[in-house]
Amino acid sequence: MMADLSCEFAGIRSPNPFWLASAPPTDKAYTVVRAFEAGWGGAVWKTLGEDPPIVNVNGPRYGAMLGRDRELIGFNNIELISDRPLEVNLEEITAVKKDWPDRPIVVSVMVPCEESAWQRILPKIEAAGADGVELNLGCPHGMSERDMGAAIGQVPEYVEMVTRFAKAHTRLPVIVKLTPNITNILYPAEAARRGGADAVSLINTISSLIGVDLDSMSPIPAIDGKASHGGYCGPAVKPIALTMVADIARSSETAGLPISGMGGITTWRDAAEFMTLGAGNVQVCTAAMVYGFKIVEDMIDGLQNWMDEKGYTSIDQFVGAAVPNVIDWKDLNLNYVEKAVIDQDLCIKCGRCYIACEDAAHQAISVRGDGEPIYEVVDEECVGCNLCANVCPVEHCITMVPLRDGTDPRTGDPISGEYMNWSMHPKNPFREV
Amino acid sequence: MMGRNSKTPEIESNRLSPEAYADNFSDLHPMLSAHQASIEAARCYYCYDAPCIKACPTGIDIPSFIQKISTGNRRGSAHKILEENIFGAMCARVCPTEVLCEQACVRTLGENKPVAIGALQRFATDPVLDDGSRLFERGPESGKHVAIVGAGPAGLSCAHRLAMLGHRATVFEAEDKQGGLNEYGIAAYKVVDDIAQREIDYILDIGGIDIRFRQAIASAEALSELGKKYDAVFIGLGLGGAKALGLEGEDLDGVMNAVDYIKDLRQAKDLAALPVGRRIVVIGGGMTAVDIASQTRRLGAEEVTIVYRRGPQEMGASAVERDLAQTGGVRIRYWAKPVRLIASKAHVVAVEFERTRGGRNGSIEGTGEKYEIDADMVFRAIGQQFSAASLDGSSDLIALRGGRIKVDGERRTSVAGIWAGGDCVDGGQDLTVVAVEDGKIAAHSIDRYLHREDESADNGDQVMDGQR
Repeated sequence: MMADLSCEFAGIRSPNPFWLASAPPTDKAYTVVRAFEAGWGGAVWKTLGEDPPIVNVNGPRYGAMLGRDRELIGFNNIELISDRPLEVNLEEITAVKKDWPDRPIVVSVMVPCEESAWQRILPKIEAAGADGVELNLGCPHGMSERDMGAAIGQVPEYVEMVTRFAKAHTRLPVIVKLTPNITNILYPAEAARRGGADAVSLINTISSLIGVDLDSMSPIPAIDGKASHGGYCGPAVKPIALTMVADIARSSETAGLPISGMGGITTWRDAAEFMTLGAGNVQVCTAAMVYGFKIVEDMIDGLQNWMDEKGYTSIDQFVGAAVPNVIDWKDLNLNYVEKAVIDQDLCIKCGRCYIACEDAAHQAISVRGDGEPIYEVVDEECVGCNLCANVCPVEHCITMVPLRDGTDPRTGDPISGEYMNWSMHPKNPFREV
Repeated sequence: MMGRNSKTPEIESNRLSPEAYADNFSDLHPMLSAHQASIEAARCYYCYDAPCIKACPTGIDIPSFIQKISTGNRRGSAHKILEENIFGAMCARVCPTEVLCEQACVRTLGENKPVAIGALQRFATDPVLDDGSRLFERGPESGKHVAIVGAGPAGLSCAHRLAMLGHRATVFEAEDKQGGLNEYGIAAYKVVDDIAQREIDYILDIGGIDIRFRQAIASAEALSELGKKYDAVFIGLGLGGAKALGLEGEDLDGVMNAVDYIKDLRQAKDLAALPVGRRIVVIGGGMTAVDIASQTRRLGAEEVTIVYRRGPQEMGASAVERDLAQTGGVRIRYWAKPVRLIASKAHVVAVEFERTRGGRNGSIEGTGEKYEIDADMVFRAIGQQFSAASLDGSSDLIALRGGRIKVDGERRTSVAGIWAGGDCVDGGQDLTVVAVEDGKIAAHSIDRYLHREDESADNGDQVMDGQR
């Protein structure tokens, strides 16, 4: 029997944990229906605001960070919230829900920081048949200049207040979407919880200028020769999102607060990683914008196959599984020693490990041999930093192997197998005895 | 099988439509588009101590030039190539990269698909020739003047480097045109659009290089005159005579040297006017054999057969070259040697072969088993040798080894003041890229020599140079 991907997040049920994030792909019934047909578990409708609808730029609104083979690594946008009339959106939400009752539609919403505004809009969304609301307190561009989006999300007191407004005026689950453009994600997360949030979702985009056109001297995307900062997302932001999700998941102040994880999720592996760090479901935007809705097929299938392989029958069995292993640096075991090992059969002699170690690490790779070079790790110098393995173009060619006994050839210290962190370390003048 | 007497040679021009000629002799590997180049360049791992660099006879910093393509620094990329190999554009087309840089590419080891270094090199260098941007300047005038014999890749590489170092060069060329084998010896579909001459125009644009055409230096006296008149001499001669098969009837009509026909083909204004046989037999196993076979086939010959006395492993032409010939419809028969040229009215009509097999110590021996192949034209492509005669009596002054000029690591001959490089020297691989490297190394050696001469003169010493 295949693993069960069904999911209940903040009281909202969906057939799988893959939701489309509030963004251009969820702007209208046409695309949301296409997404549901493709298999997406749910959708967060593109952010609704008060009428009259906002006006978007009429030139480029996106910019991309590309790899050398033009694979999209990072993505930047200056698009605002939905530019369609509120009524049109609400009617379409109702229509889609009628045809797709098993797929949750959560509606993203952004209105000014006044209770009356929330009081006006939330009942309409509820009446349209939405399964929940997501407060967009994260958009870092455009709307933030109008004191919405990240302008609220960056001030924990406002987060708490607006969450209270929302909770006061809807019975729907309230998900507070957090901005990463802050010093510590726990402050707005805690504020959301204090305000009564049913869940948080993160990360929204990161404030960004994607590049500069060196001919016109305008940053991009340029509108008539000028540019404004946008919001950055895509695969490049995943590590930032992961650490923020983990911070919330492991903080005692926010423990148990449901987290909808997002930020650069492109594959089932990305999704699984977010979930092991505490995300109860995930949201995806950039990958769908780059590849289309079909990518969800492998997300579903890949996650299911992985779960079957690992013996998980439901997603709650691994959600948060990695959280206990996220600790502070001071608690890391300094007695643990690894050394890099190069598999000579897999080595293609590119020398990247050698030059990286030689120029930028610990001069711990030797080269010998006439003609074909042989690169080998010098255990006496190797600090186990992993740089060589990271720059090696061949998978599994360089592996990090733990020392289990004997002595570390570099330090001469015995491998004790005992745990010792910095607070216990003999070289720490302030160690706790 | 028809009676032998009924065979008549069928050698004709205009075998194909004008479109077919154009198509058959169009660019073998057109230049990569910017998109293709960008994707291909991204495959380079930017190796440390890269094996491709070591495999390049001119030592081009390949990872750096490819990285510069990636960053959009195409001019910098061209500079990186041309600073080591001023014939970078030709070498991008004619180098057997599959046995040089691309064989060494770590991606060959990793996935059996090297980075397309040759194609990327062309992408980087062609625009420089087209827009004429000068990447190298003549050095400050030294007042020294070097004579160069032969305007092929070795000679012109030497001349260009000498110009960079501030010395004047006068090049003596026997033919009407500069370029040597680049102009006269490479298969036409590898070097379309007069690239050989365009590249040389670019090379000569540095200034300080004077070429005198139709001036063969073919005697000891002439060479000795150069030695007296110039501050140094570089010999960049090509190979002379094609080797003979050693059979009776080699002077029959229809039996010819592959290199001569290739030369005619390269210089032909109208390929359709070139007479070509219906049935062609090529004897040999090197690049020349493949080039003549592929080109006669492309001229409309119906049956083209290369016969080589050993197996594919021993063949001088690389697997890539063999594939090119075979996919073009050329048949390659291994393990047979010609034993008789069969004639009708003083014209060759067939060749009789004897099957061979490997004997002891790498020799080959006939098996006694024979077969014939009909042929309207038979091409000798079993190699060329350096005609020491081109040095005439001077060969007893300039030491030879293995039938070619003996040089040391700096490409100095046994005679002080005379350097040599390219196909005429011993130990070379008969490759353009090696000739270019020889010329470059010799230029630096000549430069050091000329500076030492100056220092000696400043010290009031006599120049110690018995030969001059």
